Amino acid sequence: MEISVNGKVQQIPGDEILLLELITKNGVKQPDMVSVQLNGSFIRKEDFRSTVVKDKNEVDFLYFMGGGKYLFF
Amino acid sequence: MDFTEQQIHRYSRHIILQNVGVEGQQKIMNGKVLIVGAGGLGSPTAYYLAAAGVGTLGIIDGDVVDTSNLQRQVIHFTSDVGKPKVVSAKEKLLQLNPDVNVITYHQLLTSENIIQIIKEYDFIVDGTDNFPVKFLINDACVLLGKPFSHGGILRFEGQTMTYTPGNACYRCVFAGPPPANAVPTCSQAGVLGSIAGILGTIQATEALKFLMGVGELLTNRMLIFQALNMEFRTVKFKHNSSCPICGNNPTIKQLVDYEQATCDIQQSE
Repeated sequence: MEISVNGKVQQIPGDEILLLELITKNGVKQPDMVSVQLNGSFIRKEDFRSTVVKDKNEVDFLYFMGGGKYLFF
Repeated sequence: MDFTEQQIHRYSRHIILQNVGVEGQQKIMNGKVLIVGAGGLGSPTAYYLAAAGVGTLGIIDGDVVDTSNLQRQVIHFTSDVGKPKVVSAKEKLLQLNPDVNVITYHQLLTSENIIQIIKEYDFIVDGTDNFPVKFLINDACVLLGKPFSHGGILRFEGQTMTYTPGNACYRCVFAGPPPANAVPTCSQAGVLGSIAGILGTIQATEALKFLMGVGELLTNRMLIFQALNMEFRTVKFKHNSSCPICGNNPTIKQLVDYEQATCDIQQSE
């Protein structure tokens, strides 16, 4: 299937993938440190494990960004 | 207020600009903008807002200039090391444009003083480098109904969004600061100096657009850029009905001062 991650198409084998798996697959080491939007709605962190991403879905990762001195992901 | 001949000359590139004109320039000159942090983001923002003739510019920062600031905080010069940042900034801004009323606050923004300070201003620019103050600015602005520009930079990347009442706030995107037990990795810190310039000038532009009432602000979307491949993109979002401060059932009703761990080579910035 094809999904859009941060505006770019990604090919994912199978028909669906768990959001948490997709987050890990995209190199996010600490899922707590990212805010995720699926098809225009923010997903609560506690729902990362149970949310399913399907073909043609759009996912955006938004990271905490401060001033280069502090960091969190 | 009538323009002096000198002002017409000084602001002529604004006055001849469609969408600005004499009226727009007048609105800029009547405007009051508070810049939180006279650092990487605050430097370019303050320069451009002063140059544009913003009537009152407030600058709040409790720090003094350190040599490690000079790589990106372009309002401070080598000879300013050791001086309060707000003093250093005010000196440059008044040389740039003596018409601007620069008000300085050499202190940290806290839950105790923020309401008193920001209520005097039309627009707030978040140029801070830490999350406790970012959330504090968001919460105070939401509670007071003040528009503000969020800005964040890291490494080769930057992000910014504008809040106006009724639209998505910073907490709509990031419900709360990262958990305290999250261990920061120092190898991921640092920032390319010019990134601060890119982002700060975008924030200044948002403040000017707001004052003039022109165009479309960066509301309900986050502009994100990655300078390594020089890609800009915008992530759209909606006001989040489960937002802890501006959602349907807000859980945050008063201001909070969060703690923050730092990742620094020297003691403090």
